[in-house]
Amino acid sequence: MKAVITVLGKDTVGILAKVSAVCADNDVNVIEVTQSVMQDMFAMIMLVDIKSSKLPFNELSNKFDIAGNEMGVKIHVMHEDIFNSMHKI
Amino acid sequence: MIETKDILETINMIENEHLDVRTVTMGISLLDCIDSDIDKACDKIYDKICRYAKDLVKTAENISSEYGIPIINKRIAVTPIAMLASVCQTQKITKFAKTLDKAANELGVDFIGGYSALVEKGFASGDYALIESIPEALSITDKVCSSVNIGSTKAGINMDAVKMMGKIVKESAVLTADRQCIGAAKLVVFCNAVQDNPFMAGAFHGVGEADCVINVGVSGPGVVRAALSKATDCDITGVADLVKKTAFKITRMGQLVAREASKRLSVPFGIVDLSLAPTPAVGDSVAYILEEMGLEVCGCHGTTAALALLNDAVKKGGVMASSHVGGLSGAFIPVSEDAGMINAAKSGALDITKLEAMTAVCSVGLDMIVVPGDITPETISAIIADEAAIGMVNTKTTAVRIIPAIGLKAGDELNFGGLLGYGPVMPVRYGDPTKFVTRGGRIPAPLQALKN
Repeated sequence: MKAVITVLGKDTVGILAKVSAVCADNDVNVIEVTQSVMQDMFAMIMLVDIKSSKLPFNELSNKFDIAGNEMGVKIHVMHEDIFNSMHKI
Repeated sequence: MIETKDILETINMIENEHLDVRTVTMGISLLDCIDSDIDKACDKIYDKICRYAKDLVKTAENISSEYGIPIINKRIAVTPIAMLASVCQTQKITKFAKTLDKAANELGVDFIGGYSALVEKGFASGDYALIESIPEALSITDKVCSSVNIGSTKAGINMDAVKMMGKIVKESAVLTADRQCIGAAKLVVFCNAVQDNPFMAGAFHGVGEADCVINVGVSGPGVVRAALSKATDCDITGVADLVKKTAFKITRMGQLVAREASKRLSVPFGIVDLSLAPTPAVGDSVAYILEEMGLEVCGCHGTTAALALLNDAVKKGGVMASSHVGGLSGAFIPVSEDAGMINAAKSGALDITKLEAMTAVCSVGLDMIVVPGDITPETISAIIADEAAIGMVNTKTTAVRIIPAIGLKAGDELNFGGLLGYGPVMPVRYGDPTKFVTRGGRIPAPLQALKN
């Protein structure tokens, strides 16, 4: 199962490192990353494979929430099907 | 890879524009719980509901968390209880309501609908007793919702039932006068009721339905309004196209949730109801969509046309997004549940007659309208008859859910809290319809019924 991790917020040092670390700690494989910084706003989108994740979805999502709060950014973890359903026919 | 702009658009819709799934509703047939002993019938009802819906809340919460979509309510709809009451040799049928409430509390669902009777052509055994028991049933329960179908295009309008329902609506408010007259907010009177409606207070599980089914109701007025706010210079055709595209996306999300819930609960998928259901949250308003189209205030001349466009475009966009569309499917215009409607009603721009006109082109009817507490049962019956006539002639569902605010007069305010919102007490029209509504009998079915 694939999920999309979205990080939105003010750019600070180490966002990519921290999010990747949470992924690595929990056996979540990063497939693709895109990121952009517009003025101070940081937007990063990661496609990850969570089929081998150590944690169930809810707990994994909580880990990212905590990491996001520490960095002052908002992190969403959502199943990729929601985007496929809404934006593709 | 999914496009970045699409991902950000979805997240923005959920975070800032109130996109949500309003309800995942499990429909459960109680036909196999019928018993002449009401105690045995209630035991069977409780067991069956608890067995079928034991994982409903948990499953909906898991889906909500995995997909990042808020699912606001989890609900249950059951077979109209009048059908079960018909075989019981007792008048104390409020026991059914208590049983439904107990099951709802045990399961943690938000509402349970189906304390209902279908009497569009006449009263069958059980119907009369059930209707008479509605005010008490709603006053002694928290989560039970009730509905009565008093007319249809095929059958005409049962004026005996219309007369009765005026009294029942008033009594429901009187018995719950100490709780913002909440009884009347849990009771809806229908013409052309649908059998697979996931929305309350009118949800029940029709007799033509499967044993158990999952229906999903979406929401999303805030998303439609936000889309329109970015399109300031397009013509009306452009507005309709934009609504269609947005409705498509919203409904696809509902379809995904419905499919997933159906799979995880091993229950057949019924329908997605693609209604635009507002909430009192600022921004999540159908009235604001109409205003975004160019009306100064909802209720001014032009409102009916704007609503007709909106209702039609929502259906056209939604219907391609789901394999089965059903329920009420259109735009809802509940007054107390919609911040824009509340403002328009307070300012006097929106009155009950304009709302009545609007119900001819939108999905339901006079919904969550607070009226003065001294309204007579006959006037309530006449409001129901007017609304049912619109439904009957236009072959559409119409409904009346009005709340007589006991002790309050026009201009005061009644606050329900939560999703039910708050609303100003709106004056009704002058004149006494008593003789008309107490004649009884049936309004014959219109020519539109003769389609064979």
